Amino acid sequence: MQVPAQFDYEVATSVEEAIELLQRHGPEARLLAGGHSLIPMMKLRLAFPEVLIDIHELDGDLRFVREDDGTLRVGALARHKDLLESPVVRERYTLLADAEKFIADPLVRNMGTVGGSFAHADPSEDLPAAFVALGAEVVVRGPNGERTIAVEDLATGPFETAIEPDEILTEARVPRAPHGSSYFKVERRAGDYASAALGVALWMNEEEIEDARIGMCGVGSTTLRAREAEEVLRGQKPDEELYKRAAERAAQECDPPDDARGTPEYKRDLVRVLVVRAMEQAVSRARGGTEDRTADGR
Amino acid sequence: MRIQVNVNGEMREADVEPRLLLVHFIRDTLGLTGTHWGCDTSNCGACTVHLDGEPVKSCTVLAVRANGHEVTTIEGVTPGADLSLLQQGFREEHGLQCGFCTPGMIMTATALLERTPRPTEDEIREAISGNLCRCTGYQYIIKSIEWAAKHGAPTRVEVMP
Ligand SMILES: Cc1cc2nc3c(=O)[nH]c(=O)nc-3n(C[C@H](O)[C@H](O)[C@H](O)COP(=O)(O)OP(=O)(O)OC[C@H]3O[C@@H](n4cnc5c(N)ncnc54)[C@H](O)[C@@H]3O)c2cc1C
Ligand code: FES
Ligand code: FES
Repeated sequence: MQVPAQFDYEVATSVEEAIELLQRHGPEARLLAGGHSLIPMMKLRLAFPEVLIDIHELDGDLRFVREDDGTLRVGALARHKDLLESPVVRERYTLLADAEKFIADPLVRNMGTVGGSFAHADPSEDLPAAFVALGAEVVVRGPNGERTIAVEDLATGPFETAIEPDEILTEARVPRAPHGSSYFKVERRAGDYASAALGVALWMNEEEIEDARIGMCGVGSTTLRAREAEEVLRGQKPDEELYKRAAERAAQECDPPDDARGTPEYKRDLVRVLVVRAMEQAVSRARGGTEDRTADGR
Repeated sequence: MRIQVNVNGEMREADVEPRLLLVHFIRDTLGLTGTHWGCDTSNCGACTVHLDGEPVKSCTVLAVRANGHEVTTIEGVTPGADLSLLQQGFREEHGLQCGFCTPGMIMTATALLERTPRPTEDEIREAISGNLCRCTGYQYIIKSIEWAAKHGAPTRVEVMP
């Protein structure tokens, strides 16, 4: 039987109280959101927080998915299923819904939160990669007020972030909707973390790619942005040859770990294939295509 | 810590350690052993219960998290000595062999039919994708849920206090 080590438990009733409790208990305290990353790690005794500060009662403040003046705002306590079911996400930020279909299973998606996905900073976590493609930032609040961090700068190492121990992540913001986007993942079995996964967001200018961003997970020690591959795409007319050149560049930009989910060479090959698939679909969506995905793309 | 949880319509109170998992609170503290405990690694779904009406894996939730909330277990969707329509479906369509996964499957399927009374096969497959079965190969479980949907699946059963 797996049981966490002992800890003290507090329930925060406001964001301010959560910050106060984090300050009072110091760096050995941790926030508890959905608990679906932290509790398994505590059961395996890979994490031993002395105090858990449960923030689930902040749903009223921090559970939302909405568009305000062209900015998508996703509260830290939005559950995976809230993103998956959001009409605005499905229509305008489609890669987030694509990614959600691959995250765990419906039971986990009822509990796991968007904020927890960012703060946990597992290099294989899907949502940070999808939000990197969207050029998103997160808002964190601490004793000295609020600041924003670009999602691509959030993870500083595996399971490490730029969030201070007395700060709470309150929301993620996407400044502009892409014209087309797509997320693909290869997993060993349904609901598993990625062997390799990536998201593409595109902004088109007539027939040319005005801007493209690619976020990848499972293929480095943090979530990665494929900047050189993006450079290959920018200002070009989309076609298969171009996708392949970008894919090759992206494969060189990653540094996949050798682990049970595959060898580095295998994962690089996956990146080569997934960039092409994601580009094809994102371009087709940007042109108004609504065709369903193939079986393996779900 | 003292907690109060509405379990199957009844207010239950207990003193628990914060590290106690909801599945052990349900099985050991309350003696409701219908909820099964399988993998312990958040993968199998045998421990599925409803927390405020949503199916969740109770091995990955702290009992203290349920303080002041509503929990429904397999005992809460089963009408006394009778079988619920979903249970009848599992009997008619051979939806179980060893039965270990069945309480979790039924909790997940109950939530599905509450939201989507006539699900497609794909919707059923997606809904139960977090519940593992080592015996049936799933086909008969899907048929069982379809049977219940066809016969107008009931949802939550009123539990006598
Ligand atoms: C069986 C299983 C399969 C999974 N498969 C996948 C998968 O395929 N892909 C994937 O991406 N994920 C997967 N996950 C992880 C899932 O997405 C988690 O729910 C999510 O990563 C963490 O969210 P949480 O709310 O559960 O976080 P918690 O476990 O509550 O917290 C995680 C960490 O973040 C911190 N934290 C939480 N909220 C905040 C906040 N607002 N501000 C600051 N710090 C905070 C906590 O202190 C903790 O350190 C899986 C999980 C399980 C159990
Ligand atoms: S015991 Fe909870 S998921 Fe297996
Ligand atoms: S019937 Fe045996 S595990 Fe499903």
